[in-house]
Amino acid sequence: MKQALSQPLPQAGGKPKDAPLTRATVPMPADWRDLLALTKPRVMSLVIFTGLCGLIAAPERIHPVLAFTAILCIAMGAGGAAALNQWWEADLDAGMKRTAKRPLPQGRLERTTARDFGMVLCAASVFLMGFAVGWLAAAILAVSIVYYAVIYTIWLKPRTPQNIVIGGGAGAFPPLIGWVAATGDITLMPVVLFAIIFFWTPPHFWALALFVKSDYAKVGIPMMPVVAGEKATRRQILAYAILLLPLSVVPWWIGGTGAVYGASAAVLSTLFLALSARVGLRESEGPEDRMKPEKQLFAYSVIYLFALFAALVVDRFVAI
Amino acid sequence: MDDPDPNRRTPEEIRKSRNVVLAVSLGAFVILVFFISIAKMG
Repeated sequence: MKQALSQPLPQAGGKPKDAPLTRATVPMPADWRDLLALTKPRVMSLVIFTGLCGLIAAPERIHPVLAFTAILCIAMGAGGAAALNQWWEADLDAGMKRTAKRPLPQGRLERTTARDFGMVLCAASVFLMGFAVGWLAAAILAVSIVYYAVIYTIWLKPRTPQNIVIGGGAGAFPPLIGWVAATGDITLMPVVLFAIIFFWTPPHFWALALFVKSDYAKVGIPMMPVVAGEKATRRQILAYAILLLPLSVVPWWIGGTGAVYGASAAVLSTLFLALSARVGLRESEGPEDRMKPEKQLFAYSVIYLFALFAALVVDRFVAI
Repeated sequence: MDDPDPNRRTPEEIRKSRNVVLAVSLGAFVILVFFISIAKMG
C-alpha cells in the first residue's frame, strides 16, 4: 500500500498530493480536533457498532480487555483509512458542498500530515490486533483497510459507476472482523453478516447520490446517477432491496440466530423494501424535486443497519 | 464535527492541547498494553 500511496496517480487538476490546497499566511500546527475529524467519527460509529455486534453475536467469548482492544483496532483502522481517503480526495472534497468544510479542503491541515496520520493509525491498528487478539483478525483488518483506501478510493471510485457496489465490501468487514476476533475462525454466519452490509450499501449510497448528484457530477466522480441516469439507479436500488430482504433472514434460517432476530429482520427489511420501492418506482420531477423519498430512504437505511445488528445482539442475550 | 475556527486559537494553544491529547493517548496505550499482557497470561 505504501508504494501505491507514495506515487499518486495523476488526476484532473494535476495537483500533487502533498501540495497544500490553500496557502495559509501563517503556518498553523495541526489541531487534534481536525485530526479527529479526519477519522470521520460519524461513519466510525456505525463501523464500531457493527464490529461490536459481530463480536458479541459470536458463539465464543474472549477476555473483555481483548474484546475492547479488538473494537479499538477496528475503530483505528477505519479512522486511518478514512484519513487516507481524505488525503487522496482533498481536491474532490474541495469541489463538493457536502465535503468542502473538511479540514483538508479548508487548508487547516497539511496534506502530508493527513497521509502520515492515516498510515500510522492503519499500521498501529493491524499490529495491535495481531499481537493482542489474533493474526487472522489482523489480516482481515489489513485487507479491509487496503480495500477501502486503495481499491475503493484510488482505483474504483474515479473509474466506474459500480464503485459503491464493489467498494461496499470495505464497510462490510467490521462484523466479520469482530466475529473472527472472538472465535479465531471464519464460518458461514460472519460471511452472511458481511453479505448483508454488502447488499445494503448500494441502496444506501445511491439514495444519497440521487440527491447530491450535481455535487458528484461537478467533480467528475462517476456515481451511478451521473453515468447511468436516475431511472437506472432507482431500478438498481429496488433490485438490491429485493435481494436484501431474504438475505437478512438467512442468519435465522441457517440456525445462527433465534426468532427474535428473524422476526426483526423480516419487519425491518420489509420496510426497507417498501421505502426502496417508493424510490425505485418514481421518477424525478425535475430540478424542483426535493427528493423527499430518497432522503427518507437514506435516513432509514442508517437506522435499519443499527436496528438489524442490535436485533442480532438482543437475540443472542434472549437465547442465553 | 463542529468546524473549529483556528484563527481564534493561537499556535501555542493548539500545540499545547495537541500535546495533552497525545500524552493522554500514549498513557492510555501503555495501560492498555499492561492489561492486554495480564489478559493474555490469564
